[in-house]
Amino acid sequence: MNTPRGPAQRWLPRPSLRFIPVWRRNLLVWRRLMIPSILGHFGEPVLYLLAFGYGLGALIGQVGEMEYIVFIASGIVCSSAMFTSTFEALYSAYTRMETQQTWAAMLGAPLDVDDIVLGEAIWAASKSLVSATAILIVAGVLGLLGGWQALLALPVILLAGLAFACTALIVTALSRSYDFFMYYFTLVLTPMLLLSGVFFPMEQLPAIIGTLAYLLPLAHVVEVVRPLVTGGVPEAVALHLAVPAAYAVVSFIIASRLFRRRLLG
Amino acid sequence: MARDADPAVAAEALVKRYGGVAVVDGVDLAVRRGECFGLLGPNGAGKTTTLRMLLGLTPPDSGRLTVLGEPVPQRARELRARVGVVPQLDNLDPDFTVRENLTTYASYFGLRERDLGRRIDELLAFAALDKRASARVPALSGGMKRRLTLARALINDPELVVLDEPSTGLDPQARQHIWQRLRQLRADGRTLVLTTHYMEEAERLCDRLAIMDRGVVVACDSPEALVERHLERYVVELRGDAARRWPAAGQGRDIHSREVGETVLLYADEPEPVMAAVAAAGLKYLLRPANLEDVFLRLTGHDIRE
Ligand SMILES: Nc1ncnc2c1ncn2[C@@H]1O[C@H](COP(=O)(O)OP(=O)(O)OP(=O)(O)O)[C@@H](O)[C@H]1O
Ligand SMILES: [Mg+2]
Repeated sequence: MNTPRGPAQRWLPRPSLRFIPVWRRNLLVWRRLMIPSILGHFGEPVLYLLAFGYGLGALIGQVGEMEYIVFIASGIVCSSAMFTSTFEALYSAYTRMETQQTWAAMLGAPLDVDDIVLGEAIWAASKSLVSATAILIVAGVLGLLGGWQALLALPVILLAGLAFACTALIVTALSRSYDFFMYYFTLVLTPMLLLSGVFFPMEQLPAIIGTLAYLLPLAHVVEVVRPLVTGGVPEAVALHLAVPAAYAVVSFIIASRLFRRRLLG
Repeated sequence: MARDADPAVAAEALVKRYGGVAVVDGVDLAVRRGECFGLLGPNGAGKTTTLRMLLGLTPPDSGRLTVLGEPVPQRARELRARVGVVPQLDNLDPDFTVRENLTTYASYFGLRERDLGRRIDELLAFAALDKRASARVPALSGGMKRRLTLARALINDPELVVLDEPSTGLDPQARQHIWQRLRQLRADGRTLVLTTHYMEEAERLCDRLAIMDRGVVVACDSPEALVERHLERYVVELRGDAARRWPAAGQGRDIHSREVGETVLLYADEPEPVMAAVAAAGLKYLLRPANLEDVFLRLTGHDIRE
């Protein structure tokens, strides 16, 4: 009697370039729906910018040295990246795993669960890049950008997208239905969105809450992206990037382990 | 090729437990190269679970498994590069056309369109879908979807094709079409392992069959040998009213009988005395040679399984 330690029992994932066809499959499907999808990426942030930036901004005026609309535009780049990536890694990934059984088909081919999880994570991060680019274009047209170094925000967004995708994939791996995702929004994403300096400076919050917010990735992403987008120079970049990077790596390890157990059980 | 000498499947004492219940409980299988091997068994017998273990999609709790010379699950991914899979439930990509389903699936094998050359067109012709190449999957009939799934399983020119209920839910024409294609694959020298609930399919297609029940292989042989070994040569079949009245009328007679729902089956190598007894009781009957379905019913009991 032998009991081989197959992929279902392994602790660590084995990422490989075989994620590319998984990523590419999602890209090909997305290309079909590209126009409405891109319009969505432009439309929603434009509404936010108009409502918050001009509406609320008229009341608030300046945040420090910054026009409120400039402040919030740089925040929305980050929060949109978070939501885009999260939605993809929750609802769309779940659909491909359960409803459509796309993953089951992939597993009949020589792809491993790790390849699929990595492909989905990088795909979700790619979509957050599309959404951030759309907002930067809108902000550029409205004259809200500080200069060309705003483009440096894009690789940061990619990393952030990866972190949010991998944490969302943990939730997907544990879900038995779409309803479960609401807990994640209510308990994690919404508090993170409100407390991470997207809509107002974190200094406004009691220190303890600010400290808690810094345990989550979004606050760090905002710290780097806001100066890049508004023409400043970000500080402590390595530290601020280390947090989303750590979230991405640790969450990927956990999510892929959970998916291996779920799919290969 | 040296590795052609390996058996297609060598499984010893495979066990798979779910929640403490062994749904596959000590299965041995030896599938030869180039044969069509069938797994037959009631719902829940463990057929799909066995196939999933063969493909390395779920690890056995114990046992030894080699497929095409590859130890499984350790080298399952390398194995799957040489195998085609037709799953029990179609999982075609609904967002893609027929042709895109093939090219996308090929990409999972690391095959690009330019490597494939005429292969996609050949597979479309094989599946009789050449005229529907740009149709979306939701627009296909059940038979077309099944054929596309079969064509997709052949994209990597597999040595072994594993098919879980390839013709379930298809109309008779569509089923005949699939059978003909499967015979063609076998004639090409590929090994086929399939599960089915259709005795006719098993009898016509399979060189050998394993009958599974409650996670155990209860018999394994060619269809003819199974019928010969496990049954008398003839069956006298009583239906409806005759079936209801026989238990009283036949009491005390030394006749091997079985009740299956609304039917009573009487088995005999020499059917004349049985027929005489039935006729004497004033009942109508049907005489026929014993077949695979009789073997199946005898070996797997008659209660409905869930
Ligand atoms: N992932 C799983 N978790 C728990 N139980 C399972 C799982 N997969 C299968 N089973 C159980 O194992 C048993 C065998 O299932 P399996 O699907 O292998 O049967 P089958 O012979 O293919 O049946 P069918 O003819 O209905 O397809 C069933 O009782 C099923 O409920
Ligand atoms: Mg089954």
